[in-house]
Amino acid sequence: MNSELSRRNGRSDRAGRRRYWTDTARDILLYIIILIFFLPVLWVILTSMRPNVEINTRPPVWIPSQLDFDSYKILLGMPTPEGAFALGTQIPFGSYVRNSAAIAVVSTALSLVLGGLAGYTFARFRFRAKNVIFLSMMLGRAVPGVALSLPLFVLFARLGLSDKLLGMIAAYTALNIPFTAWLMDSFFRAIPEELSEAAIIDGCSRWGALIRVDLPLALPGVAASGIFAFLTCWNEFALASVITRTPASRTFPPGLYEFTGSFVTDWRGMTAMSVLMLIPSVIFVALVQRQLVQGLASGAVKG
Amino acid sequence: METSALTRPSGEIRAGQAGTAEGRLLPLALLLPGIAVLLAVIAFPMLYSLYLSLTNYTLTNARNFHFVGLNQYITLFKDPIFWQAFGRTVLFMTLAVNLEFLIGLGIAQLMAKAIRGRGALRTIMMMPMMFAPILIGFMYKWVFNSEVGLANNILYTLTGRAQIIPWLIQVPLGFISLLIAEVWMSTPFMVIILEAGILSLPTEPFEAAEVDGASGWQKFRMLTLPMIMPFVYTAMAIRSLDLARVYDVIRIMTDGGPGNRTEMIWTYVYRLSFTGHNYALGSAMSYVTVAISFLFTWYLFRNVIKSRWEGRE
Repeated sequence: MNSELSRRNGRSDRAGRRRYWTDTARDILLYIIILIFFLPVLWVILTSMRPNVEINTRPPVWIPSQLDFDSYKILLGMPTPEGAFALGTQIPFGSYVRNSAAIAVVSTALSLVLGGLAGYTFARFRFRAKNVIFLSMMLGRAVPGVALSLPLFVLFARLGLSDKLLGMIAAYTALNIPFTAWLMDSFFRAIPEELSEAAIIDGCSRWGALIRVDLPLALPGVAASGIFAFLTCWNEFALASVITRTPASRTFPPGLYEFTGSFVTDWRGMTAMSVLMLIPSVIFVALVQRQLVQGLASGAVKG
Repeated sequence: METSALTRPSGEIRAGQAGTAEGRLLPLALLLPGIAVLLAVIAFPMLYSLYLSLTNYTLTNARNFHFVGLNQYITLFKDPIFWQAFGRTVLFMTLAVNLEFLIGLGIAQLMAKAIRGRGALRTIMMMPMMFAPILIGFMYKWVFNSEVGLANNILYTLTGRAQIIPWLIQVPLGFISLLIAEVWMSTPFMVIILEAGILSLPTEPFEAAEVDGASGWQKFRMLTLPMIMPFVYTAMAIRSLDLARVYDVIRIMTDGGPGNRTEMIWTYVYRLSFTGHNYALGSAMSYVTVAISFLFTWYLFRNVIKSRWEGRE
């Protein structure tokens, strides 16, 4: 009996140890793959901080000999050493921050409300032509910015919306509604209808049930839709390059273009602005990545 | 917002069952704001461009244009570059979606089982999604620069000899460079959706398989893969739609060049409409492509819808 027990223990010990090593090996493999994916990002970050002479060299300089934040100082309007080469000096970084932030925040919020309402309706109501309406909405995602940019520009010019924040907000809200509606529909459908029905029986209004019962449960969905919508607004180029003409409404992505001159490209300035641009996205993703994946996993994508 | 239907007590909360005029109108009222925005910002401009595609409108002749019927479409169908761009885009889509799926599935499988630092890994993994596509274009244009690019520099460091491979200029290499950039940019999206799929799986079948002595590959092939198919399907549908619009990265990296060698549909539309000023022809091309995209969307989403609401209606 005793020997039997110890033998079994020994076996499970060995299996446990083997499992530990295979798990560790798998983690290491994952780290290596992620590192390969991360290399270009690292290259961008290093380039933004290295002395200019090390950027276009052969043989390559991998590790910067010293850190040099001139490009950041130029963008942020801080005093820089005389003669620091940069196209960044002419770039109205402050107004890009303002425009991009205003457009991304307002239009993400709007598309969450409008797309969320649509998703809720698709999930909870039966009505005629539902499939046709749903499909037509999805078609909105199939229209590329290039095809939309000129007619939208003409329309906005007539309405006095071209080169205005309001125009960009309207455009991006429309771009984001279909996907938001789709995701929110999935998330609302994953919540048992009985919960809100019970709340209504207990005297909640339908509106109250939506706000107090369904919405808190669908929060991972709001996070997931929110991050996709935000990233679209923050990074979109094709429409922004046609509709935003001046610093009055220009956002970061067309702004990046200004680092390319006719003969030179200010790589360091461009990468510095990109790194600054990346900060809000990284914070946002780091905060909601868990909800994002768990939300998608909790039956939301199925079907 | 203060319609009485919203505050109506129990019993009639299912609008479909209620059958009253109010009950039928409520869902439409809730959908209306979203639909209104889509109609104003997407449908209406697209109808305008449909109209322009039937005229001889050009950017330099924006006032005196007249109706020319289907002439632009006929010109387009006779244009060999259009057909090449079209074929190249389809090839690009097919290769990209499948590569992204295979790599994404591999990473998702590892990620779902990772023990240490999953949150941080996921955040790093999602970095390409956070980059503006235009920045990815600039970045990869530089990576594949023949003089000082990262790709040639890595070869230089590894082989000790200067390598001047014209990545973006030679015929298959240009296409491959674009493909690498695209796969790098979009694999994370696949990883997120597929990892969610793997995490959603119940543990019991896997425990049972373990008892039966199934190998890791068998478990993956017989259990994981069939059970995450809805996620695979969703991820591929979304990626295909996005790839059909592929533009920013290619515009910056090669802009379809040199000499149309890497021309895709949307870079060609841009060239015709804006660089060549022939906006009407560009619109015609947009329309042909968007129509095909619509058919494709309809096909993909019909299946999504089928599995989605049928159980209820």
